[in-house]
Amino acid sequence: MMAAFWALLRRDMALALRSGGGAGLGVVFFLSVVTIVPFAVGPDMVLLARIGPAILWIGALLASLIGLERLFAADVEDGSLDALAHSSLPLELVAAAKGLAHWIATGLPLVVAAPVLALMLNLEPAAIGAVVLTLLVGTPAVTSLGLIGAAFAGAFRRGGLLIAVLVLPLAIPVLIFAVSATSAAVTGPVPFGTPFRILMGLTLFALVLGPVAAAAALRAARG
Amino acid sequence: MCDASKIHPQGPSPHAGETPAAVLKVKGLSCQRGVRLLFDKLDFELRAGHALVVVGRNGAGKSSLLRIVAGLLAATSGRVCLCEGATERPHTEEMHYLGHDDALKGALSVAENLSFWRAMLGATGVPVADALDEVGLGGLERLPVAVLSAGQKRRLAIARLLVSRRRIWILDEPTTALDVNAQARFAELGRAHLDSGGAILAATHAPLDFGPRVGTLQLGAKREVLA
Repeated sequence: MMAAFWALLRRDMALALRSGGGAGLGVVFFLSVVTIVPFAVGPDMVLLARIGPAILWIGALLASLIGLERLFAADVEDGSLDALAHSSLPLELVAAAKGLAHWIATGLPLVVAAPVLALMLNLEPAAIGAVVLTLLVGTPAVTSLGLIGAAFAGAFRRGGLLIAVLVLPLAIPVLIFAVSATSAAVTGPVPFGTPFRILMGLTLFALVLGPVAAAAALRAARG
Repeated sequence: MCDASKIHPQGPSPHAGETPAAVLKVKGLSCQRGVRLLFDKLDFELRAGHALVVVGRNGAGKSSLLRIVAGLLAATSGRVCLCEGATERPHTEEMHYLGHDDALKGALSVAENLSFWRAMLGATGVPVADALDEVGLGGLERLPVAVLSAGQKRRLAIARLLVSRRRIWILDEPTTALDVNAQARFAELGRAHLDSGGAILAATHAPLDFGPRVGTLQLGAKREVLA
C-alpha cells in the first residue's frame, strides 16, 4: 500500500514539474502580488512593515489555490481515477498523496520564496522568521482544505470558482492565526507560541478533514 | 428474466466434466438513470475461465452495468459479490477495469505510465518491458505518451492488464481504435487470461474472439441471456 502511495506521489510531482506551469505558476503569482502591493500602498516603510505579514499570507493563500481545480479533474477526465479506485490505496490516501505532491510542488516553493519577498516589504528579521514558520505550518492546511474544493471541481465538473467559494471560508481561521502569530512575534503582547499552537492545531485538523472530505465528494459523485 | 445459470459454454470446459466455480455473482441488479430504467433485476454470474460479452444498442446500459460491477457507480438496487478467496480484500482489488479512457498521462513516457500503474495496482504481473512487447510497443519506452496514436495509447492501456495480475477483467469497448492485427493480438491475450483461470466481462460492438467459452448477455428491450 505504501508503494502505491509513493508511486502516486512521484507521478503527481513529475506531472507538476514537467508539464510546466503547475509548480512555477504559484511562485510567479505570489511574486506578482507582493511586488504590486508596495506600488499601491505608496512609499510608507512603516506601514509596509506593519501590513507585510498579512500581504505575504494573502499572496501565499491565493497562490496555494492555483492548479487545484485540475488536481482531480484531470484524473477524472482521462479515466485515471477509475483505475486508481481499483488500487489497494483507499481513496482517502489517494487524495492525501495528491495533496502532498501538490504542496511540495506549489506550497513549499512559496515558503522558500517568502524570505526574499519579505525583504521587499521591509520586514524585520524576527517577522521574516515568523512569517516563514507560519507559512511552513499553515500552507499544508490550505492545500489540504483545498483538496475538498478540488474534489468537487473534479467530481462535478465545475471550474475553479467553486474552489474559491468553498475553500477560502475554510482557510480564514488559518489566515487569522498565522498573521496574528506573526504580529505577536514582532509587537506582542501575546507570546508567539499561543496563536502558533492554535495554527498547528488547525493544520492537524485540516490534514485529516481534507483527504477524508475529498474522498467522500469523489464517492458521492458516483451515485 | 436474466439468469446466468442458463449460460452454457459452447465448448469444453477447462476442467473437463466439472463446472468451473463462479468468481463473480450479480444478483437482482437494477440501474435507473434519471427517469429511465436501464435494466431491472439482472442476475448473472461469471465463471473462472469464461467470458461474458454484454451486447445491446447504444444507451442500453452496457457501460453503466460494467461500471456498477466495477464498483465505480452505485446500483439502484441489487448487489455484486465475489464468490471465493476475496473475503478480506474489497472486490475492486480483484478486478481490472478498462474503460473508454486510457488512464494515461501525456507528459509521462510510455514506460513511466506503465511503471506507475504496475506500482499502483500491485506488481503481480509481468515486468513492464515484457508487457510492452506483448502489446507491440517494445522500443517505444522513452516516448512521451502525448505523441502516440490513439491505437498505440489503447495498446498501452491494455498493457496495464498484464503488469498487474487480476482475475477479473472488465472491459468496456476494449478494441476501440485498434487495428486488425492488434485486435487479434488482444483476443490472444484475452484467451490466455481465460486459460489461466481468469474471467472477462466485456461490452462490445465488435466481435471479440475469446475462444469457445463465451456467453452473451443481451441488454435492451429484450432482456435475456443467449447461450
